[in-house]
Amino acid sequence: MTATLPPETQHSETTAPTGWTAVCRYADLQPERGVAALVGDQQVAVFRLFDGALHAVGHRDPVSGAHVIARGIVGTRGDAPTVASPMYKQVFDLRTGVCLDAPDDPTVRLPVHPVQLRDGWVEIGTGAVAP
Amino acid sequence: MSTPAPSTPGPRHLVVVGGGMVAHRLVEALVDRGGVADGGWQVTVLAEEPRAPYDRVALTSYFSGRDPQDLALGDPALWDTPGVQLRRGEQVTEVDRQARLVRTAGGREHRYDALVLATGSAPFVPPVEGKDLPGCFVYRTIDDVAALRQYVTEVDTRRQEDGSHRPVTGAVVGGGLLGLEAAGALTALGVQTHVVEFAPRLMPLQVDEGGGEALQRLVGALGVQVHAGTATAKLTAGRDGRVARMHAAEGSAAGLTHLDVDVVVFAAGVRPRDELARACELPVGPRGGVAVDPTCRTEDPAVWAIGEVAAVEGRTYGLVAPGYTMAEIVADQLLGGAAEFPGADLSTKLKLLGVDVASFGDAFGTSPGALSVVYGDPVAGVYKKLVLSDDARTLLGGILVGDAGAYAGLRPLVGRELGGDPAAWLLPEGAEGGPASAELPDDAAVCSCNNVTAGSIRDAVRCDGCTDLGAVKACTKAGTSCGSCLPLVKKLVTTELAAAGVTVSSALCEHFDVSRAQLFDVVRVTGITSFSELVDRHGRGRGCDICKPVVASILASLDSGHVLDGERATLQDTNDHVMANIQKDGTYSVVPRIPGGEVTPEGLIAIGEVARDFGLYTKITGGQRIDLFGARMELLPAIWERLVAAGFESGHAYGKSLRTVKSCVGSTWCRYGVQDSVALAIALELRYRGLRSPHKIKLGVSGCARECAEARGKDVGVIATDNGWNLYVGGNGGFTPRHAKLLAEDLDTETLVRTIDRFLVYYVRTADRLQRTAPWLEEIEGGLEHVRAVVLDDSLGIAADLDAAMADHVEGYTDEWRATLEDPEKLRRFASFVNAPDSPDPSLSYVVERGQPRPSTAAERTAGEATGAVLVAGPRLEVFSR
Ligand SMILES: Cc1cc2nc3c(=O)[nH]c(=O)nc-3n(C[C@H](O)[C@H](O)[C@H](O)COP(=O)(O)OP(=O)(O)OC[C@H]3O[C@@H](n4cnc5c(N)ncnc54)[C@H](O)[C@@H]3O)c2cc1C
Ligand code: SF4
Ligand code: FES
Repeated sequence: MTATLPPETQHSETTAPTGWTAVCRYADLQPERGVAALVGDQQVAVFRLFDGALHAVGHRDPVSGAHVIARGIVGTRGDAPTVASPMYKQVFDLRTGVCLDAPDDPTVRLPVHPVQLRDGWVEIGTGAVAP
Repeated sequence: MSTPAPSTPGPRHLVVVGGGMVAHRLVEALVDRGGVADGGWQVTVLAEEPRAPYDRVALTSYFSGRDPQDLALGDPALWDTPGVQLRRGEQVTEVDRQARLVRTAGGREHRYDALVLATGSAPFVPPVEGKDLPGCFVYRTIDDVAALRQYVTEVDTRRQEDGSHRPVTGAVVGGGLLGLEAAGALTALGVQTHVVEFAPRLMPLQVDEGGGEALQRLVGALGVQVHAGTATAKLTAGRDGRVARMHAAEGSAAGLTHLDVDVVVFAAGVRPRDELARACELPVGPRGGVAVDPTCRTEDPAVWAIGEVAAVEGRTYGLVAPGYTMAEIVADQLLGGAAEFPGADLSTKLKLLGVDVASFGDAFGTSPGALSVVYGDPVAGVYKKLVLSDDARTLLGGILVGDAGAYAGLRPLVGRELGGDPAAWLLPEGAEGGPASAELPDDAAVCSCNNVTAGSIRDAVRCDGCTDLGAVKACTKAGTSCGSCLPLVKKLVTTELAAAGVTVSSALCEHFDVSRAQLFDVVRVTGITSFSELVDRHGRGRGCDICKPVVASILASLDSGHVLDGERATLQDTNDHVMANIQKDGTYSVVPRIPGGEVTPEGLIAIGEVARDFGLYTKITGGQRIDLFGARMELLPAIWERLVAAGFESGHAYGKSLRTVKSCVGSTWCRYGVQDSVALAIALELRYRGLRSPHKIKLGVSGCARECAEARGKDVGVIATDNGWNLYVGGNGGFTPRHAKLLAEDLDTETLVRTIDRFLVYYVRTADRLQRTAPWLEEIEGGLEHVRAVVLDDSLGIAADLDAAMADHVEGYTDEWRATLEDPEKLRRFASFVNAPDSPDPSLSYVVERGQPRPSTAAERTAGEATGAVLVAGPRLEVFSR
């Protein structure tokens, strides 16, 4: 099986960002292993999935308060692409940031950042973050 | 009737005569119910045997387990409870009921307010001529068994010295439960064994004719010769004065006249030890035993009798379960209750000489109108009978010989409707599942040894939060005696957990439907080497934090490629990924390997300098090495570059793999040491370093029996003896501490290492995810015995394969850290930020405490932001750029 490249532009369902910061080359990302990026003063966890899709969420684990989300194990739960926090193992939906172990608890939710691929570069949207 | 008033002011004093199984249960019950000390009872147990109460039922295992410690009953701390005194080796010779005191053989007196006689029974030796000749034994205590063993070994040695190849021959008088136990023990010692039984069949009290026949065939097939319908007339000695011939009474079956034997064991029944009661004029039962009423009280309100010595309404019981019930009843009364003996369940299930025998309820079908359903398979040596009520619906009892798999499920159903076709229980397939245990009513007794009902097991899961079999055993005591009920207990626990929504299917996770052990086999058989292929062909989805590390560990066990090669890097938990242990603030701790805990001053200095230069908090671990905390991910390579240069290698503190081999200083320095424990520990640690496993593995080596290395608290513990090493397995500390059990004795170093090799590989291959060796040994079919047979006697024929797997591991080992430092590709993962690889995580902050850094608390951060008092991370040394 080979990974398919994602569509040239791919956003999460957020309000339009006011700017984009390139953080690395797409080719630098290993499928299913996240990296952390500094975007302004924000720490963002960026993932490239097995099917090539890109996702960006907050790097801070809301449960422990440590900045570690990018170091979690990537996988799936049902149809949802997920990352498990390496600290206490809560599983988050990479598309929405919702903690699948506590979907109704707004305090354990990762912020989702817009992410796009342009000219082989991975760019994180700045200026507007949902939720 | 109320409990006796104290004869003297102060705490009331309970004296228990006899320190056997039932006495133990009485004290345990009193302590558990808070009835001891603090205004309760002051308890003195006077025990004739020189040891704490032990598991007599498991006596025969002393021949294979060979460690008296393994026969210990319950928690040994019981005897340290304030208010409880156990006096070993103190025989009571007289009871003075007027003065309310007992006298001992040593001339001591003990006053009592309440007296409990728990003196058990003595073996019955028929009054035949020659019964006291050297070479004649009984079978009741550890000392009896030790003497028997020693005698057999002596005879055997003498034979070999004389160049005679005649095997040692033995006769057991009695073909009941005890006789077959003894025959099993003799066979285990390599003795050619005969069983002489007066009745026309074996186990006449438990099984009927059909069962007896099946049993005789099975036992015969194991090389034990059975002479039923034969009476012993006399024993005569040879020229050396030791027993040499057993003469059969005239008219014995098959015309047997005599047997030439070297050793004789009397196992022809027991007699209650009621001599103290007789001497102080307490009434005894018609066939002996201290006469008591259903509350277990004698005619004297201050005196009770329990266990085998008690004749409750005239009847004595030779099994432990009724004795335990009596103990609970007396404990209840001593604390003001009014419990009564409800009658006993005389069901038994035994494995005699490896043959399953079970009988329960009305086994002989003596109830009016009883019907029986019989299934016999002479070829397989199986005989099964169910006794049913006249309408063939209600189960009354049964006998199972050769295959007692259905016993645990059937026994609790006695007196209840069986439901469905009774034959389903008897056919081979029926044995496994049987009707669902879920339907068992709450009041059905599941564990008869400990009187535990299905309801209490369900409660343990539902209300007491037990989440596995081990916890339920600890909480309810179910399954902790004979163990025959364990399959049913396990089933109930599983059903209840499933009902509570806890996943207990053996499926690893939503991506794989099989257990770790099964997945291991899949990978081994198919030769698949990547997660993607495995999940594609044998699973679904893209995995998760449960299955990915499991697959990584399996792949690592089957070929020792680098744990961070290619796709494998994505399967690893962060600890394995960056080869360090994540801490609460997202930094890591670093543990260099210090084999056997031996470190040179230069090594210590090098570690100290690294810690100082990188600002790391240092602490000595429980595994005799040094842990360095607060290492930021991007600094790990620089730290390891220094450590590797100083000669250190990865300690694998992060992996599910060998951690440490702890050792004491041993014979090189210690004046008590008998072997060089440090050298062995280092050799073992270097051999098993990097071995990936279902859970962490710890080893320990002590240089003598003083056990300063606490080896019995380890998965594999080695203790030096004068002749070599004793090997223990299955110990651990942590949440549920376990003591390791003896696997083998007096091994030379080569055999020891080979045995540990096999043990570890077998564990790695068959254990469940996150299952340490103790629960693995508990859950694996056949338990410790089975594992011993596999690793010592190659019972599965896989020893060569296990040896080869370990040889591959040893050969393929490389230091993961050194390999990582040499590979720029692998070093990229240590970047803190993909767009700022050396920038520290700006959120980290520390305060100094006792001269070392620690992560600041939330409150300190808030305050620190105001005052600037918080130290932000940063090594004192500039990080070299590479
Ligand atoms: C080999 C073997 C296998 C068995 N297998 C089974 C089985 O599978 N299932 C089962 O249910 N039962 C089995 N039993 C029977 C079971 O062990 C007994 O029913 C049980 O031990 C009875 O407990 P007790 O406390 O009444 O007596 P015991 O355990 O015999 O304890 C009595 C103690 O009192 C001591 N004592 C006696 N007199 C005095 C005195 N005057 N002063 C001080 N101390 C005294 C004795 O030395 C002894 O230690 C087996 C027994 C043997 C020997
Ligand atoms: S276990 Fe024995 S050899 Fe080792 S330190 Fe203790 S006393 Fe010495
Ligand atoms: S029935 Fe013996 S331990 Fe449960």
